[in-house]
Amino acid sequence: MEILVAILIGILVAIGTYLLLSKEMLRIILGISLFSHAANLLIITMGGLKTGSPPLLSEEGSTFTDALPQALILTAIVINFAVTALVLVLSYRTYKKNRTDNMEKLRGNEHE
Amino acid sequence: MKWPRPNNMMLQVAIRFISLIIFAFSIYLFLAGHNNPGGGFIGGLMTASSLLVLYLAFDMKTIKDVIRLNFTVFIGIGLLFAVGTGIISMLFGYQFLKHFFDTFQLPIFGEVELTTALLFDLGVYLVVVGAALTIILNIAEDEK
Amino acid sequence: MNNLVVLPIVIPLLTGMLLILFKQYIQLQRTASFLALVGTTLVHCLLLFEIKQSGVQAVQMGSWPAPFGITLATDMFSALLLLTSNVVALICLLFAFHSLSAEIEETYFYSLFLFLITGVNGSFITGDLFNLYVFFEVLLIASYVLVSIGGKKKQLREAMKYVVINVLSSSLFLFAIAYLYSITGTLNLAHLSVRVAQTGQDALITAVSLLLLIVLSIKAGLFLFFWLPGSYSAPPTVIAAVFAALLTKVGIYGIIRMFSLIFYHETHVTHLFIGILAALTMILGGLGASGYGDIKKILTYNVVIGAGFILAGLAAFSPEALNGSIFYLIHDMISKALVFLIGGIVIHLTGTTKLEDMSGLIRTHPALGWMFFITILALAGIPPLSGFIGKVLVTEGTFVSGYYWLGAIGLLASIMILYSLLKIFMNAFWGETILSVEEEKGTTKGLMLPVALLTTLTIVIGIFAQVLVPYVDLATYSLLNPEVYIEAVFSGNPIP
Repeated sequence: MEILVAILIGILVAIGTYLLLSKEMLRIILGISLFSHAANLLIITMGGLKTGSPPLLSEEGSTFTDALPQALILTAIVINFAVTALVLVLSYRTYKKNRTDNMEKLRGNEHE
Repeated sequence: MKWPRPNNMMLQVAIRFISLIIFAFSIYLFLAGHNNPGGGFIGGLMTASSLLVLYLAFDMKTIKDVIRLNFTVFIGIGLLFAVGTGIISMLFGYQFLKHFFDTFQLPIFGEVELTTALLFDLGVYLVVVGAALTIILNIAEDEK
Repeated sequence: MNNLVVLPIVIPLLTGMLLILFKQYIQLQRTASFLALVGTTLVHCLLLFEIKQSGVQAVQMGSWPAPFGITLATDMFSALLLLTSNVVALICLLFAFHSLSAEIEETYFYSLFLFLITGVNGSFITGDLFNLYVFFEVLLIASYVLVSIGGKKKQLREAMKYVVINVLSSSLFLFAIAYLYSITGTLNLAHLSVRVAQTGQDALITAVSLLLLIVLSIKAGLFLFFWLPGSYSAPPTVIAAVFAALLTKVGIYGIIRMFSLIFYHETHVTHLFIGILAALTMILGGLGASGYGDIKKILTYNVVIGAGFILAGLAAFSPEALNGSIFYLIHDMISKALVFLIGGIVIHLTGTTKLEDMSGLIRTHPALGWMFFITILALAGIPPLSGFIGKVLVTEGTFVSGYYWLGAIGLLASIMILYSLLKIFMNAFWGETILSVEEEKGTTKGLMLPVALLTTLTIVIGIFAQVLVPYVDLATYSLLNPEVYIEAVFSGNPIP
């Protein structure tokens, strides 16, 4: 199971990198968000993908999953949510103001 | 080309109920949070979406007239709640964010376990509602 | 247990969110944020003396014992940085009162500024790796908005790049955290240090430490500084000054903390690598600073050189070199803010950033010119100003540790700094006065006080460096002896 998830993380990172290298703003944003999904998946995998009872409820379950990675990715997802929202608004404003979503044209030159 | 205005009566009638149901469920999720799946973040997102479906079904102006709230203020109040709970434990000489709980006998509900962490969660709830709505409404309003 | 440690995070956070509720009342916002920063500065002074007397201070949030909960801990190193950063922030705030337009002030500027300070203070205080990531995000999200505040074309364009780079590096940070957690099973810095020391720092841990180094170097502007000149030249002066003074320093703090507390076993790999990066940073930064003819570009490349120089001290990893790094870090925060503020005033007066279009400001603004001259001397490391002692100690440390090339490049970089800043001085202040007072694009009313305060600070720190020595010695001692930090965090409890 871990190996499958590891391959999945690899694929996500590869697609994320590909999208990051493209010129359109929206694709870049999708790229970063795939990248952060890969990071979240990695954290949950590193805690071990056990099928046990959740750690909160009681002391009855004989196996239980590690609670810390779950707390970590919850935080990471929330942060990612906020950042993605901010980037979306920012890119929209940039598009409105600069009248282009092509990063090549947003390079910035000396004379303006 | 001008599209004919669609008749969304059914949607508008149905949404009134659906929104309420989502809202009630969000409150349930929020309160379940301490020992079960749920909590301030998920509850807050749910509440935000219950309000958002209203904006979707009716237009912005109608809902703006009905719900006269500035959602940005929610963020401030929510953060205040969250940090406030941490500070209160500090004022009593405990470590920052130390939480307390006890069970109470309430009328109707019976025995209920109340914790100070619930106040913290309320803060998170308000922040999430405020932030989600502010973001989405800001983008939506800009469409001209 | 000492709840004083929490206050540097709580005070600005609480004030910042209260101010969200009072968007329209600018006077209230100014007073409240000023008072909040005065409050944190006082707390930092108290912390400094407390640590001097009774060692590293630690708090376990929510009373969960050490490796399980989140720990906040300050040793002398972070306390010194906290105090300096808040004093600099306070003075920059004074500058902001007189330089920002009402429109910017009304768009939650003070709240964002305080959140930025919350993030900076939190990163200095926290004793947990994931918590460090969270506080980095707090300060970064505030900085994303601050870069784009005002919404000019150029700002939005640069903000977009800045955000993408930083979000990517934050994802890499998460990758590093995940690997480290799977190897050691903990994220508490003190506990990590114990576990890594127990199992030995094998190749895998070293590789993860290098991933962490890459992440932190993007934030610190160590070698991976390609994003820095663009984003730091876009926002209004005071914001750029705060960024230059504080943001990269947080990354530098992270690198020093990681590679002195946890990954100190394989110095011939990690610290040599840091040394090489520092040398390259100084060379490239020096070339950039001396090559450009644009004030903002020159100043941002100077930030880069500073980062390289501080980490050269870490690479040498000896008491003298670390002492020097800490001294230089304190000096760099103050003088970078100062030089950015002066540069901002010059641009404000002349209405251009090009050096060839300005000349002879010394006749109309003698005080500004001479203060800039003092700053140049301080940055170049001329005694008795603040840059001198740090520069001497770092150079001595690198020589003692056998990194002669690193020390030599450091000295070469000082000459580059001197050349690049003198170029500004010669072009902008010297020469024929082409701009009479009436023709100026702006006034210096109210802007001179913060600049004068910072100049005084560089002189005072330079002359009274002797007073600081015991504090800096203590900071270096706790950096070189991780047991001190570990003991304070676990406070006698058994280490699992």
